[in-house]
Amino acid sequence: MDASVDRIAQPWGGRTPYGRHEVWPARVDTHLEEGVAPDDVQRWVRAASILHSDGDAMDIAVVDGRMVGVRGRAQDRVNHGRLGPKDLFGWQANASSGRLTRPLVRRGGRLVETDWATAMDRIVSRSRSLLQEKGPGSIGFYTTGQLFLEEYYTLAVLARAGIGTNHLDGNTRLCTSTAAEALKESFGCDGQPGSYDDIDHADAIALFGHNLAETQPVQWMRVLDRLEGADPPRLVCVDPRPTQVARRATVHLAPRGGTNVALLNALLHEIIRTGRVDHAYVEAHTVGFEELEARVAECTPAWAAGICDVPAARIAEAAEILGSADRLLSTVLQGVYQSHQATAAAVQINNIHLIRGMLGRPGAGVLQMNGQPTAQNTRECGANGDLPGFRNWENDQHVADLAKVWNVDPKQIPHYAPPTHAMQMFRYAEQGSIRMLWVSGTNPAVSLPELSRIRSILSQERLFVVVQDLFLTETAQLADVVLPAATWGEKTGTFTNADRTVHLSDKAVDPPGEARPDLDIFLDYARRMDFRDKDGGPLVHWHDPESAFEAWKRCSAGRPCDYTGLTYGKLRGPSGIQWPCNEDAPDGTERLYTDGISWAHPDRCETYGKDLVTGASDSVVEYRSLNPDGKAMIKAAAYLPPHEEPGAEYPFQLTTGRTIYHFHTRTKTGRVPQLNAAAPDVWVEVSVADADERDLNEGDLVEVATPRGALRGRVRVTDIRPGLLFVPFHYGYWDTPGGKGPDGSTPGRAANETTVTDWDPVSKQPLFKTAAAALTLVERGGGRAAPAPTTTASVPSRSGGVTATAGGPSASVAQSDGAPWHGREEGSR
Amino acid sequence: MNGITLTLRVLHHGEKHLARHLVAVAERHRTEHEVHHVATDLAVWSREHVQRLTDTGHHYGVKLGDPPHPSDSGVLATLREKAADAVGRRPEPGLLLLRDLRELHLGATENSLHWEMLAQAAQAAKDDRLLALVSSCHPQTLRQMRWSNTMIKNISAQILTSL
Ligand code: SF4
Repeated sequence: MDASVDRIAQPWGGRTPYGRHEVWPARVDTHLEEGVAPDDVQRWVRAASILHSDGDAMDIAVVDGRMVGVRGRAQDRVNHGRLGPKDLFGWQANASSGRLTRPLVRRGGRLVETDWATAMDRIVSRSRSLLQEKGPGSIGFYTTGQLFLEEYYTLAVLARAGIGTNHLDGNTRLCTSTAAEALKESFGCDGQPGSYDDIDHADAIALFGHNLAETQPVQWMRVLDRLEGADPPRLVCVDPRPTQVARRATVHLAPRGGTNVALLNALLHEIIRTGRVDHAYVEAHTVGFEELEARVAECTPAWAAGICDVPAARIAEAAEILGSADRLLSTVLQGVYQSHQATAAAVQINNIHLIRGMLGRPGAGVLQMNGQPTAQNTRECGANGDLPGFRNWENDQHVADLAKVWNVDPKQIPHYAPPTHAMQMFRYAEQGSIRMLWVSGTNPAVSLPELSRIRSILSQERLFVVVQDLFLTETAQLADVVLPAATWGEKTGTFTNADRTVHLSDKAVDPPGEARPDLDIFLDYARRMDFRDKDGGPLVHWHDPESAFEAWKRCSAGRPCDYTGLTYGKLRGPSGIQWPCNEDAPDGTERLYTDGISWAHPDRCETYGKDLVTGASDSVVEYRSLNPDGKAMIKAAAYLPPHEEPGAEYPFQLTTGRTIYHFHTRTKTGRVPQLNAAAPDVWVEVSVADADERDLNEGDLVEVATPRGALRGRVRVTDIRPGLLFVPFHYGYWDTPGGKGPDGSTPGRAANETTVTDWDPVSKQPLFKTAAAALTLVERGGGRAAPAPTTTASVPSRSGGVTATAGGPSASVAQSDGAPWHGREEGSR
Repeated sequence: MNGITLTLRVLHHGEKHLARHLVAVAERHRTEHEVHHVATDLAVWSREHVQRLTDTGHHYGVKLGDPPHPSDSGVLATLREKAADAVGRRPEPGLLLLRDLRELHLGATENSLHWEMLAQAAQAAKDDRLLALVSSCHPQTLRQMRWSNTMIKNISAQILTSL
């Protein structure tokens, strides 16, 4: 099956069909720079993707100290050799011009180059004076979902025990905090129950608000291969857009925005009504079933149809598939997590699995997904609003245990309140109680809601902003100090994908100029701040990635995310390894909860739970009385109308999201020729009915406005549900005349000019899917087409006049069969 | 008027007051986004309670009023919103927020105690209608209490140590 495929035109490449319970055949995807033949490659260096949460394993091709391409790893159980378009082409961004090569500091209002000592001095002296004058609560850290485990852990230690601040979160708050919260609410603890291998065994796969085809393309290839093999699974798709998933689904439900809980309650109603409950499982492993039964008793498909605007008969069909499946796999992503009642809805999906006993067996699993590649690590390491190792901040034993690992007084670790979430940190900065904000590897000036507010917070005189990144992002342009960071391929570390698989990614080439690995920057800061443990020794006593990993292993010992059985050496073996990995499970753990629920006991659980509507914390007393034996918790939730509904002035619902050719804020993918050309600018998806009614056509320039702001984009008429507009998120300003925001020469372009500052009260994840918007014509397209791809959910409803998306020769990728590759391994030349 | 109708009246007043207060706090603290949105949602519960108390009152020959309209505050609300925006950049409103949350908590607690009293009376009188009313409303009052308590717990350290 050696073939060359244009992987912009065919993002999922060729098919390798396989039957249920068979092994997914390998297919090795290789893309090398033009003019480089496989034999020219001097070294292949082990890595995995950080452009999505699959963590697809790959090798980086190096020639003369330069990256020249990538190849999927056939031996790895996650991707069996395949890569998505972002991985195949994205590595080129590392070498693009515009990389930061020297630190910058603001002088006289302008950012000017300086040396590391000067830049770090500024940060350290500001930290010291703030600590002295205002206390640790005046300093906050906002990090990313794309650093390595070693870096998050180091950051967590220096922030929580060094500074002693409660303000540390990741932009994974925008991505995965609902996944974590839903798992905690149902199972008492974070940790993905299932495995990607469940795709091989399921006879029904339900994708809830999860455009798998574009967000995790390699696992979508796996589903496509199953669909073409023997005994294919039935697909249920819940998505208001005509995604590729929707097009292949047995049943597609396209609900109104913000109504997921109503829909899920109706699905639960039907499953219970038709007697599909596994009562033995419910009895043995759960509490709370009666409450759910009572709560959904009135939630008939006809009731939900009125709220969700989907036919009752379709809801019944979907429930029939969920109810009759022999092995059901559900996957969940932003259509649930970034929407109204996020956690309540995600928990109802867990409930489907709990009442049907669909957990802990091959094919019976839940994937509460991540959008960010290393989001799982922020959760484990406590860089995202949890304590490290899934410890419970309300359990004094857990805090004491952590204090022992760090050799500090428990009082030094803030645990009087939950760790501050990102949106609240920005509020504190707005109010002036946070005076220094250190942003690492993320771009809030594009990715947070209501951008004019975020820009005004970051530009305040009294707020000292540190930005650590690869490029002069929109956020970096507002900083007081900018630190040039190294990235993937230029540093070594580990990271963990959405199904708990840990991969090691080695350094392949040197970073440009004076750019440094994030770990080195944090270690340097810790050294300069001279953080000490309670015996006067250095608090951060490690010095490189491997010693940081060893330190983390100690912190993870005995916790659900136990890494103690892993070493860098072991991770250089054939494939990634799933945690927990320890003495009892030296090869890792494929599925959690194979013998009942293991981490929900009141003494072990990560949280005592929250009210699914108000976000109010339950107390340990309530938790103990509700769940004394530590079973899974079935938590019911009533549907609540969204906070912002369309009306006369703003008649549309507006939703936003990622697409296959771009990744967060396009800092990297916007600098990759093949990816940029496939989707170079923002666009607006409008339904056929709405376009007809307003006489709008493909390519017309329109303005989308909400009470917060506006953006302009060209119309793409699609089969999206009527009444709904879609705008791809994270088109920013670095590649516009405005540079960092809209101005006289640059109209609004970022979706987040318009989105509302509102978040799920339980997971604190901002809502990007539920704004009400107005749509007005600015200028006729005159034959132009929208800059939207034709291969994805944005496929035009009428193709006339729109050129099909293709990449041409530079997007050509070799696909070869999966025979293990016999070539030079790392370092052999 | 017997004790039951008296308690219905007191509760009716208390829930009406809480509904109004929740809406007022939501407006006053529009830049505290979580407070703004959740308080607005929680006001809906109190308005429902008022309606159900009014309906129940009929059976006891007590005339209680209808719930306040969600947007009855008009000009005043706009003023409060403007004030919220104007002070959004200052720390002192944090103190005001803590005071408002405390008042909400006390209001909900008072209602909760009255629901408790009504439940006891309903049981003694073997009044199923009343018992059904209490058992569907009281849990929501408890959740209003827990919410205001949680919010106070989560933000007071930052507000009080940064002044
Ligand atoms: S899904 Fe993600 S990790 Fe996988 S190929 Fe794509 S971009 Fe990569």
